[in-house]
Amino acid sequence: MMKRKLLALAISTLLLPAAGSVLAQAGKVSGDVVKIGVLTDMSGVYSDLGGKGSVVAAEMAIEDFKAQFKPKFKIELVSADHQNKADVGSNKVREWYDTQGVDMVTDVLNSAVALAVAKVTTEKNKIMMNAGAASTRLTNEDCAPNNVIHYVYDTYALANGPGRAVTKQGKDSWFFLTADYAFGHSLEKDTANAVTANGGKVLGAVKHPLNASDFSSFLLQAQASKAKVVGLANAGGDTINSIKAANEFGLTKNQTVVGLLTTIVDIHALGLQTTQGMMFTEGFYWNLNNETREWSRRFFSKHKKMPNMLPAGAYSAVMHYLKAVQATGTDDTATVMKKMRETPINDPFAKNGKIREDGRMLHDMYLVEVKKPAESKEPWDYYHIKQVIPGDQAFQPMSLSRCAAVKK
Amino acid sequence: MTEIFGVPIQALFGQLMLGLVNGSFYAMLSLGLAVIFGMLNIINFAHGALYMAGAMFTWMGLEYLGVGYWWSLLLAPIGVGIVGILIERLMLQWLYKLDHLYGLLLTFGLALIIEGFFRDLYGVAGQPYSIPEEFAGAFNLGFMMLPKYRAWVIVASLTVCLATWYMIEKTRLGAYLRAATENAQLTQAFGINVPLMVMLTYGFGVGLAGLAGVLAAPATQIGPLMGSNLIIVVFAVVVIGGMGSILGSVITGLGLGIIEGLTKVFWPEASATVVFMIMAVVLMIRPAGLFGREK
Amino acid sequence: MSRSVQVAYLIGLGLLLLAPTFIYPILVMKVLCFALFACAFNLLLGYTGLLSFGHAVFLGSAAYVTGHALKVWEVPTLVGILLGAGASALLGWVIGSLAIRRQGIYFAMITLALAQMMFFFFLQAPFTGGEDGLQGVPRGTLFGVDLADDVNLYYLVVAIFASSFWLIQRTIHSPFGQILKAIRENEPRAISLGYDVAKYKLLAFVLSAGLAGLAGATKTLVFKFATLTDAHWHTSGEVVLMTLLGGMGTVFGPVVGATVIVTLQNELADKVGSLVTVIMGAIFVVCVLAFRRGIVGESIALYQRMIGQKR
Repeated sequence: MMKRKLLALAISTLLLPAAGSVLAQAGKVSGDVVKIGVLTDMSGVYSDLGGKGSVVAAEMAIEDFKAQFKPKFKIELVSADHQNKADVGSNKVREWYDTQGVDMVTDVLNSAVALAVAKVTTEKNKIMMNAGAASTRLTNEDCAPNNVIHYVYDTYALANGPGRAVTKQGKDSWFFLTADYAFGHSLEKDTANAVTANGGKVLGAVKHPLNASDFSSFLLQAQASKAKVVGLANAGGDTINSIKAANEFGLTKNQTVVGLLTTIVDIHALGLQTTQGMMFTEGFYWNLNNETREWSRRFFSKHKKMPNMLPAGAYSAVMHYLKAVQATGTDDTATVMKKMRETPINDPFAKNGKIREDGRMLHDMYLVEVKKPAESKEPWDYYHIKQVIPGDQAFQPMSLSRCAAVKK
Repeated sequence: MTEIFGVPIQALFGQLMLGLVNGSFYAMLSLGLAVIFGMLNIINFAHGALYMAGAMFTWMGLEYLGVGYWWSLLLAPIGVGIVGILIERLMLQWLYKLDHLYGLLLTFGLALIIEGFFRDLYGVAGQPYSIPEEFAGAFNLGFMMLPKYRAWVIVASLTVCLATWYMIEKTRLGAYLRAATENAQLTQAFGINVPLMVMLTYGFGVGLAGLAGVLAAPATQIGPLMGSNLIIVVFAVVVIGGMGSILGSVITGLGLGIIEGLTKVFWPEASATVVFMIMAVVLMIRPAGLFGREK
Repeated sequence: MSRSVQVAYLIGLGLLLLAPTFIYPILVMKVLCFALFACAFNLLLGYTGLLSFGHAVFLGSAAYVTGHALKVWEVPTLVGILLGAGASALLGWVIGSLAIRRQGIYFAMITLALAQMMFFFFLQAPFTGGEDGLQGVPRGTLFGVDLADDVNLYYLVVAIFASSFWLIQRTIHSPFGQILKAIRENEPRAISLGYDVAKYKLLAFVLSAGLAGLAGATKTLVFKFATLTDAHWHTSGEVVLMTLLGGMGTVFGPVVGATVIVTLQNELADKVGSLVTVIMGAIFVVCVLAFRRGIVGESIALYQRMIGQKR
C-alpha cells in the first residue's frame, strides 16, 4: 500500500515546481521570454532527417537573430525527443505550453505526432511551424490555419514535382513501387495524377509491405513492366533498399529511378555510385548559391553533416517567427500569425516564400538529378538542379483544398 | 510464352530463385536459433541484433581497418561469436536454473541495447557496402539475370547449413553436444566439460547470425534496424519448423523463403504476413511444428 | 483483508481522487492506462505463467475500435469503450486459442508473430489512417457530464482503473485464480488433478486481453487519438518491462512499474536524446540479472527480513 502513496508523491514532486508558473497573454511578450520548442525524433527511424540537426539549426537561428536585431526580449530554446510516439509528443508539448511558457513549436517529424501536436496547439492557441511531417492532412482535413503552418514540404509537393517535370522530359511511362499504407498510397496517387495530366501513362504498381527486407522481387516486376520511370512511393529504409536492389539488378541502365521522398541524407548513405541518375524533389540544396553554401558550411561545422530541407526549414521557421515577434512586439498568437502571413520570407531556405491562408508555406522546390561520381567535386556535392519549381506550382492549389476553415 | 495465373513461367522461375535467396537467410538464422535452443533452452531474442552487428562489423572493418569482404567473412562472425561468448559468460550462465522465459527477457533487453548503441553511433540511414568485385555482374540463366552475388549467398549459406548439420549429426563433437542436450548432468559425469560446450554453442549460434549479417551486408543497406523486423519472421519460421531437428529448420527456412517469394508476385500486399498465416495454420494442424517433437 | 490494508486502499484511492489538484491530470491518466495494461498483462505472466510477447495488439485494437466507433459511428462514450474492450477480448480468444497450443517460449514467439501480423493489418487497413493515426477522436459526454474537460475525464479514468483493479484482485483470489496459480506452478499436476488446463488458460488470456483492451480504449479517450505505436512490438516489450520492473506476480508491481516507465519516458524526452532505447534495454538486463522480484517484490522481501518473518 505504501507504494501507491510513494509513487503519487514521486510524481507530484516531479511536477510541482512546474505547475506554479502562470502565463499572461497580453500585448507584451509574456514573461519577457520567447520560448521555442523543437520536438523531434532523436532516437528512431527519422532521426537522421531532423533530430539533433533541427535543434542545431534552431540554435543557429536564435544566435543569428540576436546578433542581427539585438532584441529586448530573451529567447530560450527547449527540445525533446518524442520517440515517434504521439502520446509522448503531445504530452510533452502540452506540458511545454501549460507550464513552461513555450510559444512556438517546430520540426515535429512524423505525421502521427504532428497531427496530434497540431490538435494540442490549436486547443492551447499556440503556434506550430511544422518542418518535419509530410502529411497533407495538416493543411487539409485537419487544417488549423490560425495556429499551424506547414512550412517545408508535403506529399503533394514531393509527388507533383517529379510527376510533372519528369514526364514532360519524355519519360512518360511509369511503374510504382508503393509502400502499402496510407502514406505510400497518397504519394502514388498524387504522382500518378500529375503523370496522366501531363500526357504520360502509368503502366502498373506493386504494393510492398513496410520495412520489407528484400526488394529484388518487386524490382523484377518493375523491370518486366518496361516502364521508362520507376517511382518509389516509399520512404526511409524502404527507399534505400529499393535503390540498392535497383542498382544490383541493372534496372538503372534502362530505367530512371525517381524517389518520391528522398533527401540528401539517403544519397549520402548510399553513395553516388549507386544513386547516380536518380531524380527527385527536395526543398533545399546546400550547394545552390553562395548564401546557401555559407549557411550550410556554418551548419556543417556544428553538426558534421550537410543540412537537408528539414534543418534548413527549421532555421527559416524560427527566424521568421522571431522577426514577426520583433516587429509586433508581442508573442500573442493571432498578432504574430498575422504578421508572419503578411511578411514574405527571404533567407537561405526560401526566396519570397509566403504563407497561404490554409497554413501552407509556399516556396520553391527543386527537381534534382544525382550526379555521376566523376562529376562530384567535393563531399556532399551531389545534385544537378534540373528544374526550379516555383512555390505556387509546387504545392497543392487552393482549388483542391479540403480545408474546411478556408473553403468558401 | 507459357503462363501460370497470368505470370510468365520464366518470370516465375526468377522469383523462385529470389525466394531461395531470402530463404537462405531464414535458414541460417533459424538454424542458429535452433542450435542455441537445443543446448541452452533459450530463445535468443538478440539474434536479430547480432545479425545486424555482423553486418556492422563488416562495414566497420572496411571503413576503419581496411579489412575486405573475404576476411570479414571469417572475422566478423568470430567477432560476433566473441560478443556472444561474453554475453553467455557474463549474463546468461546465471539464468540456467531459472525459468527459460528469463533468457528470452534478458536477450530482448540486450537486443535493445545493441540496436540503440549502433543507432546512436551511426544514425538510422545506414551504411553502404559494395558488392565484392569477384561477384559484380550477373549470370544470365536464360529466364532471368541472377546477380552473381545472390547466387553466392545461396551457395555459401547452403554449405554452412550442411556443414553444421554434418558436424552435429555425424562427428564426435556433435555426439557430445547431442548427449549434453539430452542429459547435461550425465554427460558432465562422463568427464565432458559441459559449461564450456554451452558457451561455445552459444558463440557458434550467434556466429551463424553474424555470418548471415556479413552475407547480407552487400545486398542490403547496413542499418541498425535491419535485424529487428527480420527476427520476428524468423521466430515464426522456427515455430512452423519446430526446433527439434537441424535439417528441419534449414528446409523450413528455404521453403518459407520460396513461398514468400511467390506471394510477392501473386499477392504482394500479403507478403509481409504470409509467414504468420502459415504459422497459424500449422499450429492448428500440427502444434509441434512440421519437424518438431512433442515434448 | 486486514483492516490496515483496507485503510491503506482507502488512502490510496483518496490520493488518486485528489491528484489532479496538484499533478498534471493527463500524465496521471496515462500512467493509469498503462498501469491497467500492465496489471492485465500481469494476470497472465505473474499469475498464470504465460508470457505473451504481443500484448500491445490488444491495447492497439481496442484503441482503434473505440476511436473509430466514437469518431465515425458517433456512439455514446461508454458504448465506444465497451466495444473496444469487447473487440480485444474477441481477438484475445482467437489469438489465445492458437497460442495455448504451445507452451513456454513457443507461446511467447507465437503471440509475438500473431501480433506482428495484426500490426501489418492495422498499418494497411484504411480506417486506422496508417502512420497518420486515427486523430481527433471526440471524448463525448457521460451522464450529461462533458468529458472534454480533463478533470471530468480524470474521474472516469480513475473509476475505470479502480473497478478493473478490483476485478483483477477478485480474480486472483477467487478459486479460478487459485487454479491459474496451480497451472503456473505445475501444469502437469494441474492436469492430473482433473482441471481442463487449456480452458482455464484461454479464459485467463481472454480476460487479460479484454482488460488490456479497456486500457487501450481509455487511452484513446484521454489522448483523442490512436496510433500504430499502440500496436507495435516495442509496446509489447514495454509492458513486459513494466511488469518485470515493478514485480511480476505482485498486486501493485505493475502499477509501480508502469508509473516508473511512463514517468521516465516523459522525463527522458528532453534529456538523453538518442539513448532512450539503450536505457530501456539496460533496465531489462539489470532486472533479469539482479532484480527479478522487481521493486515491489524486493521491497516486500526486505520488509519481511527486517521484521524477522520468514515466508
